[in-house]
Amino acid sequence: MKKRFSQRIGFGILWLCMAATLFFLGSIIYFIVVRGAGVFSWQFLTDVPRKSMTAGGVAPAIAGTVYLTMGAMVFALPLGIACAIYLNEYSPRGFIVNIIRMSINNLAGVPSVVFGLFGLALFVKSFKFGVSILSGSLTLGILVLPLIISAAQEALMAVPQSLREASLALGATHWQTIKRIVLPNALSGILTGAILSIGRIAGETAPILFTAATFYNRGFPKSIFDEAMALPYHIYALMTEGTHPDQQTAIAYGCALILLLLVLAISASAIIIRQRQRRFHA
Amino acid sequence: MENFTKIKEKIYRGGFTALAFSSLVFLAGIILLLLKESLPLFRHVRFSDFIFGRAWYPTASVPEWGIFPLIMASFWVTLGALFICVPLGVGSALYIHEIASAQQRVFLKPLIEILASIPSVVYGFFGMVVAAPFLQKAFGLPTGLCALTASIILGIMAIPTVCSLAEDALSCVPDSFREASYAVGANRWQTLMRVVLPAAGSGVSTAIILGMSRAIGETMTVLMVAGGAAIVPRSFLQPVRPMTSTIAAEMGEAVMGSLHYNALFSIGLVLFVITLVFNMIAEMVCKRFRLKLGIDR
Repeated sequence: MKKRFSQRIGFGILWLCMAATLFFLGSIIYFIVVRGAGVFSWQFLTDVPRKSMTAGGVAPAIAGTVYLTMGAMVFALPLGIACAIYLNEYSPRGFIVNIIRMSINNLAGVPSVVFGLFGLALFVKSFKFGVSILSGSLTLGILVLPLIISAAQEALMAVPQSLREASLALGATHWQTIKRIVLPNALSGILTGAILSIGRIAGETAPILFTAATFYNRGFPKSIFDEAMALPYHIYALMTEGTHPDQQTAIAYGCALILLLLVLAISASAIIIRQRQRRFHA
Repeated sequence: MENFTKIKEKIYRGGFTALAFSSLVFLAGIILLLLKESLPLFRHVRFSDFIFGRAWYPTASVPEWGIFPLIMASFWVTLGALFICVPLGVGSALYIHEIASAQQRVFLKPLIEILASIPSVVYGFFGMVVAAPFLQKAFGLPTGLCALTASIILGIMAIPTVCSLAEDALSCVPDSFREASYAVGANRWQTLMRVVLPAAGSGVSTAIILGMSRAIGETMTVLMVAGGAAIVPRSFLQPVRPMTSTIAAEMGEAVMGSLHYNALFSIGLVLFVITLVFNMIAEMVCKRFRLKLGIDR
């Protein structure tokens, strides 16, 4: 009797934990959607900021986020996939591979603001790229590298060993096997990982704080050596700088809504694709 | 022809090896650059004064470079966040693992993962416009931007991370453990608490350590919500200034190459070392967990 009672209490507590988690996370989304919807309009998405940030839209910030994210992926995706191929297909197990694995794991745990410092010291200062889309993209690319490597590695690992053996038995070389058998089979898994990483870097703020972001641009950036506005930084700047806090807060709600929808849509699509694949393979 | 193929194979192998080493280069590069940019400070300031000094006045006419208040602020805020994210994260993981029906689980697991992708600046924004005014009214505070608000927001933010990782650890526990427990007459709750949770214990602790490491390195949330006063915190209701937000807030004003600039890099170095230690502990604990359950990967 006592046993059943304690089980009921225990399960009740767990239920409360789950409910509290969903309540907190749900209320964040609720507040931003409800209050952000008020400023949301076609003009808000496509216009440049006007009247010292109190009116107009945030199109340059959206464009900046897209540029930065794309730049980071152009840099990190090939590098990450190559690294994963080495670790999974070539690496002779041993000391050096362990060191590489360890450094990837540790790279994944470095705080994002430290990546910002790294980008500032290396790209902005030493390479003289200045505060620019290029510097910001490279910084974000290095930040997201470990994520892409581990996702790609997981996808490569999921390719059955028998496929490789069959290909090698037919006389294909190691590289031919990788190119024609392993990569096509791992492709969808690698892509899911890539989409998830896009969601991650689109919302990163700290790394671009000193490497790419600016509060105000007249129009759109013209080259990769220009500074850029970016959605996440714009939210922060609207809340902490400028002279019209009330109107700026309203615009910040709109930016937060766009960013939230963007990131949630990206990661939701990646996770749904992955779910489908798993069902398909199972 | 055969020779040509062999050479091609070698070139590919060499190329991939070189690219794989780049990750090593980046980690080494981060460490070297942090050292290079921070060491000039220690020609003027003793290392012990830097870590244990109680005054941080980088722009005063006689500047002081003590980061003790910043370190304490980081630890306070992280500790506070743990009180929220550990019970709720692990509790939710246990719920998803044990109580949720199959349909609920198919829905909840991806949902938590999707929620983990909400950017930190959105949490910070929410903290500023909703949580801070609410807490200010509720507790009658002079300002809502304080360690308490930062802890709460950081805690909420870390829940999905802790929950996903803890759930992964729970699902690694073999069914035979659970069946053996049922066979000797334990009910589901007893099995969960005395068999499944202890077996997954080190995996769950890995989740907690990684959640903590994420919280201590988190920048935007604390920058926007913690208030920003560089004093050694005495209560959770005071505004504080953790290490991350100091770097983010002051790097814009610091002149490149000045002592202030070097000092901010030194803070970055301290932060880097702290998170590195956390991650290494997490990895060690995780390895033990896998050994214990006989998972070799």
